[in-house]
Amino acid sequence: MARSIRFRDALREAMIEEMERDERVFLMGEEVGHYQGAYKVSEGMLDKFGEKRVVDTPIAEGGFAGVGIGAAMVGLRPIVEFMTWNFSAVAFDQILNNAAKLRQMSGGQLDCPIVFRGPNASARQVGSQHSHAMEHFYATVPGLKVVAPAFPADAKGLLKAAIRDDNPVLVMESETLYAAKGDVPDGEHLVEIGKAHIARPGKDVTLAAYSRMTYVALDAAAALEKEGISAEVVDLRSLRPLDENTLVASVERTHRLVVVHEGWPYGGVGAEIADRVQRLAFDALDAPVLRVSTLDVPMPYSAKLEQACMPQADRVVSTVKRLLARGRA
Amino acid sequence: MADTPVSTLGGAAPNTRTSADLEHLSRLYREMLLIRRVEEESARSYAEGKIGGFLHLYIGQEAVAVGALAALRPDDYVITTYRDHGIALAKGMSPRALLAELYGKATGCSRGLGGSMHMFDKEHHMLGGYGIVGGHIPIAAGVAFASKYRGDGRVTLCFFGEGAVSIGGFHEGLSLAALWKLPIVFICENNEYAMGTPLSRSMSVEDVSLKALGYGMDRDRFFAEDVLEVEKRIGEAVRRAREHSLPTLVEVRTYRFRGHSMSDPAKYRTQAELEEHKKRDPLHRSRTALVEQGLGEARLDALEKSVEAEVADALEFAAKSPEPTLADLEPTTYKGPFAY
Repeated sequence: MARSIRFRDALREAMIEEMERDERVFLMGEEVGHYQGAYKVSEGMLDKFGEKRVVDTPIAEGGFAGVGIGAAMVGLRPIVEFMTWNFSAVAFDQILNNAAKLRQMSGGQLDCPIVFRGPNASARQVGSQHSHAMEHFYATVPGLKVVAPAFPADAKGLLKAAIRDDNPVLVMESETLYAAKGDVPDGEHLVEIGKAHIARPGKDVTLAAYSRMTYVALDAAAALEKEGISAEVVDLRSLRPLDENTLVASVERTHRLVVVHEGWPYGGVGAEIADRVQRLAFDALDAPVLRVSTLDVPMPYSAKLEQACMPQADRVVSTVKRLLARGRA
Repeated sequence: MADTPVSTLGGAAPNTRTSADLEHLSRLYREMLLIRRVEEESARSYAEGKIGGFLHLYIGQEAVAVGALAALRPDDYVITTYRDHGIALAKGMSPRALLAELYGKATGCSRGLGGSMHMFDKEHHMLGGYGIVGGHIPIAAGVAFASKYRGDGRVTLCFFGEGAVSIGGFHEGLSLAALWKLPIVFICENNEYAMGTPLSRSMSVEDVSLKALGYGMDRDRFFAEDVLEVEKRIGEAVRRAREHSLPTLVEVRTYRFRGHSMSDPAKYRTQAELEEHKKRDPLHRSRTALVEQGLGEARLDALEKSVEAEVADALEFAAKSPEPTLADLEPTTYKGPFAY
C-alpha cells in the first residue's frame, strides 16, 4: 500500500522513524523546534521528542555544523538542518575540512555519521545570495555523499538511508518541492544511496536530472513526445556516489545525453557526467553530451529574468532538437 | 548558573609534601621530559629529511599539556590544534605511534595518513589535532554536547592558540558551549606569537580570558611555569564542567622556545626575550623542585635515562616501520563501500 503525501511530510516521517528507532539520532538547526521549521519540515517534532533531541540553534552555521560533527565523531548521529544550503557557505570549512576528512586523517579511527539537509538551489525571486545550487561544490569532495531526491518516496527512503550511513551525507532538498505530493510506500522504506532510476523510459535521447530538475526533464519529455521524440529521463537521486552504470546503460539505448541541472555551467555535476559518459560510452554516443544549466550569471531578482536564467522545459526541448539535428554525422 | 562572570583564582596549595606528591611530580616531570626529548629528536629527524611537511614543536609549553591532562580522567576527551605532539603524548599516545606518524609510516597513530598536524588516538580519547585555526573549537563543543546528551560524565578539554581568538570558530564554539552549558574547558595556550604576529598587533584587548565575559562564562588566567599549578587551576575548571556542566575559558600564558614551525627562524623576537623566558623553563623548575624535595640524583638520572631509552626505541621503531600503501586510502576515505 502507498499513500500520497507531500515531500516535507516524507522527510518528517523519515526523521521521526529514525529517531524512534535510534536514541542517538537528533535534529539540530535554526528554527527547527519552537518555530516548527522554517519550511515546516520538522513541524510537531519538538512536541514529540523534546528539546534534548530537537535542538534550536542560534544563527551560527559554522558553529552548529561543527557541534554536529563533534557529536558524530564520538557516537551520536546528528541531523543538521540548514535553513537553506546557501547558508552552508559559512560552514563550508566544517564540512570540507572536518566532516569529509576525519576518517582519513585519523587513519580510519574516527567516523562522522552525520546528515546535513535543507533546501537547495533556486526558490522564487530570493535573489543572488539565496539561490545557489550548492551540490556542485560538495559533490567534488571525497569523504562526502550527496543525494538530491525529486519525489517524496525517494526523499523519505534516501533520508532514512542517510541517517543510517556511517559517513557524512548531504541531502539536497528544494523549497519549491516541499509541497509536491507523491506516493510513498507504507511501512519501512529505504532507498539505497548511489542508485539512479528511470523516471520515464524512452529511446531517442537521455535526459539526466535530479531534484526539481527531474520535473523539468519530465515536462520536456512530454513536450518532445508530441513532436515524435522519445526521451528517457534518468533521475539520478544520488550525485556522489554517481550511478554511472544506469547512465551508461541508458546512453547505450538512446545514443544521446542532455544533463539538466540548476547551478552554473563551469564544472559541476553536468561536467562530471559528460566526462564519465564520453569515457565509458564513447562508442555509444552519436553526438556530444550537452548541458542545460542555470545561465552563467548571479541569479537576478526580476521574475522574468530569473525564469530565463533557470533551466526550463523549453530550453531542454530546444537543446534536444539541436542534438538530434546533428544526426549521426 | 553562568549568568555572572566569576574569576576563579584559586587559593594557595597546602605546602605539605608527601612521598605521593613527590611521585606525582616525578611522573609529571617525566611526561614533560618525554615530550621535550621527542620534540628535539623530531627537529633532528626533520633536518635529516625523515619528516616532511610542517612541524610545529611544543618545546617550552610542556607544562600546559602535562598539567592540564593530569587533571583529567582517562575517559575524558581532548582535542587541539596542529601543535599537537605534546598533548597527544600527555593523553597517553605512545612515542612509537607519534614518531611513526611523523615518519609517515603505517604504524603511526593515523597510519601515516595524518602527519604532524593530525595526531589521533581513539583509544586514549585524543580526538586529534586540526590544521585550520579555530575550526576544531565548535567540534570540541559538539563532543561535550554528546557527553551531556548521553550523561556520560566526561569532560572535554579544547586547546588552541591565542591566534585562534580572532576567528569566528572560537566565538561560535564558546557561544554555543555557554548557551547549552556544556561540560568543556577551553584552554587558550597564549604563547605570545601567532606565527610571527605578537598579541599586541592582533587583538585590541590582550587579556584573552576577558572574552569569556561576553558569553557569561567562567574564566581564569595564569602563567604555566609550574606544572602543578596548571594541574590545580585546570582541575578547578574540569570540576566545574563535570559537576555543574559549565564551560570555562582558561588563558594559560606560555612561550614556545622554537619558531612557529621548523621553517621559522623567529626573527620577530629578540634573543634576550627568548633567554628571559628560558629562565622560566617549566622542566627546569620541576626538576629543581624534585631535587629540593629529595628525589635524589640517582633516581633523576634513572628517570632521564628511561626517557632516553623510550625515545631511542620509538625512533628506531619509526625508522624500521613500513610505509602505508595505496590500498590504505579507500577504506579510510569512506566507511563501507567506496563511493565515487
